[in-house]
Amino acid sequence: MTVIDILIIGAGGFIGAVIRYLLSGKFNKEGSSLPFGTLIVNIAGSLLIGIVVGLGVPKLWTLFLVSGFAGALTTFSTLFKELLQLWFGNRKRQFIGYILLTYGVGILVAFVGFIIGKAL
Amino acid sequence: MRAALLVGIAGAIGAVSRVSIGEISFGFGNFPFATFTVNMVGTFFLCFLSAGFIQRLRLNHDLQTALTTGFLGSFTTFSAFSMETVNLFQNDAILIALMYIASSIVGGFLFGSIGMKLARKAGRE
Repeated sequence: MTVIDILIIGAGGFIGAVIRYLLSGKFNKEGSSLPFGTLIVNIAGSLLIGIVVGLGVPKLWTLFLVSGFAGALTTFSTLFKELLQLWFGNRKRQFIGYILLTYGVGILVAFVGFIIGKAL
Repeated sequence: MRAALLVGIAGAIGAVSRVSIGEISFGFGNFPFATFTVNMVGTFFLCFLSAGFIQRLRLNHDLQTALTTGFLGSFTTFSAFSMETVNLFQNDAILIALMYIASSIVGGFLFGSIGMKLARKAGRE
C-alpha cells in the first residue's frame, strides 16, 4: 500500500463510519424488533459494492468506494453483537429473522448491484 | 459532533488496518480468508469490550464509541463478505460459497460468545 492508497482508504473509511454511526443512532431504537440501522447500512453497502465491482472502476476509486467507504459503512462485528443480544435475550425468532434478512438480502443485492453495474 | 469526528478517525484507521491484513494474508484456495479473519477477530473484541470490559479502560464515552463503533465497526465488514459470496457462486464454487456463509454465521456466533464470556469472567476477578 502506498501513502496515497492509505489516505484514500482512510477517507472512505472515515465517511463510511460516520454515516453508519449517524444511521445507527437514528434507527437502532431500544425496544424495536430489530436493529434497523445496522440492517440498512449492511444492505446499502452490499448493493454499492456490487454496483462498483460490476462497473469495474479504476483502482483508486475501488480503494475509496469498496475498501474504504462500503467496507466501513457495513459492519460484521456489530451485527454479531446484536445477534448475540437477541439470542441470549431469548428472542430466537428475531435472531433467525435478522440472520435471514441480513444474509439473504445482503447477498442478493450484491448480486443485483453487480448485474446493474455490468449493464451500465 | 465530537463523537462523530472521533468515530470517523477511528473508522479510517479500522479500514486501513483491514486492508493491510488483506495484503499480508495467506491464501487457502479461493476461500476468502482475509475477510473471514478480520470479521472473527473484530467480533471477538467488540463482544469482549461490550460485555463490560470497556468500562475498565476508563475511556470517556466518546472514545469508547470511537473504539467500538468506529474502529471495530470499520475493521470488520459485511459488504466484502456479500461480494465474495456472489463471486464464489459465479465461479461455480458453490460448496465453498455455502461453507463461507455457514462458517461466518457459526464463527461470528462462537467468537462473539467467547468474547462475552471472557469479559464476564474478567469482571468477576
